[in-house]
Order: sequence, then C-alpha cells, then structure tokens
Amino acid sequence: MLENEDIQHILLARTPALTGRYEFLSFRNAACGRAWLSAICEKAQSVAEVMASVEKDKRWVTLAFTWNGLRALGVDEGSLATFPEEFKQGMVARAEMLGDTGRNHPDNWVGGLARSDLHAIAILFARDATERSRCQVEHANLVARCEGVEVLSTLDLEATPPFDYAHDHFGYRDRLSQPVIEGTGEVPTPGTGAPLKPGEFILGYPDEDGPPANLPQPEILSRNGSYMAYRRLEEHVGKFRDFLREHGKTPAEQELIAAKLMGRWRSGAPLVLAPDKDDPALGADPHRNNDFNYKQMDPHGYAVPLGSHIRRMNPRDTAHNMNRRRMIRRGATYGPHLPEDAPEDGVERGIAAFVICASLIRQFEFAQNVWTNDRNFHELGNERDPIIGTHDGTLEFKIPKRPIRKKITGLPAFTTVKGGAYFFLPGIKALRHLATLNDVR
Amino acid sequence: MPDRSKQDVWTKPAAMAIPEGGFFKDKLEQGRYGPIFPKTPACYGFSIIAKIIPGREPVFYEYAKNIEKAVAGQPDVLAVLKLHYLRWNLFDINGETYFQYMGIFDTDFDKYTEDAVAIFAASGLNTVFENLEGFPKDWKTNAAAFIKFVRDHHRPSFLEYGEYPFVSADEIKKALQLKAAFSNMLDQMQ
Repeated sequence: MLENEDIQHILLARTPALTGRYEFLSFRNAACGRAWLSAICEKAQSVAEVMASVEKDKRWVTLAFTWNGLRALGVDEGSLATFPEEFKQGMVARAEMLGDTGRNHPDNWVGGLARSDLHAIAILFARDATERSRCQVEHANLVARCEGVEVLSTLDLEATPPFDYAHDHFGYRDRLSQPVIEGTGEVPTPGTGAPLKPGEFILGYPDEDGPPANLPQPEILSRNGSYMAYRRLEEHVGKFRDFLREHGKTPAEQELIAAKLMGRWRSGAPLVLAPDKDDPALGADPHRNNDFNYKQMDPHGYAVPLGSHIRRMNPRDTAHNMNRRRMIRRGATYGPHLPEDAPEDGVERGIAAFVICASLIRQFEFAQNVWTNDRNFHELGNERDPIIGTHDGTLEFKIPKRPIRKKITGLPAFTTVKGGAYFFLPGIKALRHLATLNDVR
Repeated sequence: MPDRSKQDVWTKPAAMAIPEGGFFKDKLEQGRYGPIFPKTPACYGFSIIAKIIPGREPVFYEYAKNIEKAVAGQPDVLAVLKLHYLRWNLFDINGETYFQYMGIFDTDFDKYTEDAVAIFAASGLNTVFENLEGFPKDWKTNAAAFIKFVRDHHRPSFLEYGEYPFVSADEIKKALQLKAAFSNMLDQMQ
C-alpha cells in the first residue's frame, strides 16, 4: 500500500501546468533554513492531495534538498553519513563519469548550480503565468522574511507552442514512455511493461530485488522519499535545424533524419511501427505509441538505429535487468520558442528536467554513463547519444539501411548541460521533521 | 587509448606495460564506483585473489559443477558480463588456501556491476564468494559493498598482451558467423 498522503506529488502525479519556476536556495544558517521550510512545507502537496483536487488547483509545489542542504538544515552527521555516497558527493563531483566535460563541465554551469552552498530547490508548476507571478511574489515575500535564506538563481519554465501536447524545442513529443508503479492503480499502456515495485522509485518499499535495504536514517527522514537528478539542458535549435537541412534535401528527408536520431518521428510515432512515413495519429495514441520491442521487431536497427536516443534511454528487451534501471522523468521546457523560419537568436532555451529514482548510482548514473555516453554501446564503436550525449564533433551516427548504411560523421552537439544537481526529495512528514529539527549548533 | 575506429588494429599484436597500482595516472577515467582500470590489448579484466574460509575447499568444487550446469542449461546466463574467458584457481600459500578469479571481458566492470551482482543472486552462483574471508554478508542488497570487495582484492596486471588486440567477443563471434555463412554459401554453389 502506497502512503499517498506522505509522498510528494511530483513522484506519481502529472499536473496540468503550462508554466512554472524553479528557485535554487542557500541557507546561511540552520535556523533560517528551518524557518523558511516551516512556512513553505504545508504548500508542498502530496500525491493524495493532488489526486483529490488537481482539477481545481492552480499551482503545485515540490521541495527538495542537496546533501549539503540537509546539513545546513541541521541534520546530524550520523544521519548524513547514512546517505548513499553518490548523493553525498553531488553531481559536480561526479561530472567526469557523467560525461559533463568540455562545454558541459560544471565550470561553465549557470545559476550557481555548481556551488557547494546550493542547498534546496523549490519547484513551482503553475496552470498559467498569472498564477506563477502570484506565487513568485508570495515566495519572494517569504524569503524576505527569512533573513539568511538566499536565492542563488531562478529559472522560469514555459511550454513551447503548440500547447496541445508536450514537446521539446526540437519539436519531439515528450512524456511517451514512463514506468508504471505497482499500487498506483495506473494501468500500463501496451508496451510499457508490467508495473514495477514501488521501491524502485520510493524509499521504504520493496524493490524489484526484495525488501528495502540500506535506507538513510532515521526512518522518518527517508520514508516515502526519493532522489532527483536535475539537468538543465540547453537545446541548440538553430544548429539542429541546420543539421537536418544539411543531411536532408527535402522536408521529408529532414523529418526522417530527425526521426532516426530520436527513434521516433517528432509526432511521437515510433519508427519501429512507422518506419517509412510519419503517422501523427499513432504518435498521439498512448495505446499504440509505446507498443513495440527491438529484439523481435527491429534487431538490426533498420527502423530505429542502434544508437538512437530512445534505444539508449530504454533498450527494452535488448538490455538486462531493465526493471532495475527505470526512471521517472519530470520537468518542462524553458526559454522562448524559436519559430521554424527564424535564424538562431543565441537565446538560451532547453529542457529543465528531473530524473527521479531510488538509487542515483544504479539508475540515473548508469543511464548517463553507459546508455548515453558509452561510445561502444551496442558495439557502435564511436557513437554517443545523438541528442543528449557528450559531443565534441568527432563522433558519428550510423543509420542502418539497405543496401548500404548511412554514416554521419562529425556529429555536432545539439545540447549543452548548463547545470545540474542531486536532490533528496523527502516525504511530507520528513519535510515537517526537517523543519522542526532541534538546532544543535 | 587507441583509435578503435581503425579497422586493422587487431592485425598487430601488442603488449602494454601498466604502472604500479594498475592505473595510468594521466589518463585516469572515472567510473561510477571509482577509477576504471585501463583497457589493454587483452581488453578489460580483473584478477581477484582472496583467502578462503578454512575448510571450505569442497564448496568450490561443488560450485564448479553448478556453474557448468547453469551455463549448459542457459547458455546466455553470463551474457551481460561481456566475457571472453574466466578462470578460477585454488592454490595454497603456507598451508592456507587462496582463491583466484581471473576474467577477461569487454566492458569495464563498473559499467554492469549491479547486473553482475543480480546474476549471481538470481542464478545461485553466489556460494563461492561467500566462502571468501571478508566478503560482505549483505552483498545481495549492497552492490557498493560487493564492488568494494572486488576492488580491494583485485591485483591489477603490470603487463598484458593481445595477439589480436582490442577485439571484442562480439566482434569475434560476428566474424565466425560470417565465415560460417560464407562457407555455407560456397558449399551451396558447388
């Protein structure tokens, strides 16, 4: 039985938000941090609350903390030591292994995200811009009342047009393949796989391997919590479109190149099911758009290239222990839409997303280290994920084709990591526990 | 690191001297569980050497039969480890029995370490490690402890040689498949 009233909603619930804002915070002392948390923690909605009132609510708040942030709030050293090593180190220390090198290196990150005094994130999703402004003012007032709480940076989120479905700045439909968790009552769409044990995503529950183990202590702090890997990924839309034009003579050819990089047409239609021609109705149909595998349906990658993004992010039946590698993705786009006929304007735009999982090292870091950036994934030899991999222009992308494959050399970087952090996402009771810790200093 | 996109690397036998400690300090690559031991002309590999709990020798011989049976029953049981070869030895020093586990494989061990632990746990291949001194009792739920044991007991090579360097097991299998298909085709053309 999931304790929905104690789990922060972001873990299990999608909200009808078209806009939002992330605020990154630092606490100069424990008392001020706890004063801020005491005031705001009642606004963080649980899964149960959102399920009951999502239709009338206008805004949704999520709170999470770095390891340094937990210490800044006054969590004692004994408790801090029980958190997993990768979370303690933080994303900056893990940069090389994650592939955050070159232009993606933390030295080039923005918003103070690489700072060791990044302590917390307040995530706001809002139904519209008016509600966001109202919340923004309210939060600014709260911060002003809590002397010693500093806003390191903020990021405004905007959906990109057209607004009738979620997609990124490149135009790819998003939110297509998400795992389903046992006990939520959600019925997996065809191709999604059986519901997974909650412990894969929520601390304190059995996972695919058995009963919970090695949880951070005390239990009240970890129960119903999770980890979030935050990634701010700039999308170079102008460069992406130039690339498509360079490698496709006609709009149809360009669409096919875009589809081959992703493994789906931009409509969301999977190449395995629609190899030659886009099928927007298929892309929009959740009962069909995820219903495929690779081993039987496309073993050699003639439809979906072996190195394409979706094949790396979810190898389905071509990887071992897939149930131990799944992740929940949340987030939104930021920055202005670049109209189709406009030249690159140099303005930063991209995706600001969270990967939510019970083990950063086993789930997020594995995906990043092996699936995204292993040059030899599927024996490809000299490739990385064409969309989110680390690129310096020396790698290639191979598109299996009869009679002769197409090999694109010198693949450019379509995205740049502009920041990131590891956060612990406490349960609702844990937020209250943190807010009322005795000041030991 | 050699440019593996060059198609003919395998034609030139190569040896690599490895510094004390097992790493090239200037080319250190980080894995999820720590620095990665370098790829050599003999691919990736490890040599784990550990003392066994006294009197447990018979368990090891029993274990060998179990592995034989497991692989015969499900030939791809170890596929995730991307192995070429594994060798297990027992030997003694001053009357105490030691265990050596040498593997040659195509991916650094960190990459698939949880999958490796999962295989051991799921297929009952576990017993032999549990007979080593200092092996973590909670290894099934604590991949980090398992990998620490492996790292602590790995004795890195100081020299490795490959007659056909840097070739992966998958590439060898593909080449043999191609050869078989080609001979088959020639036979059919007779």
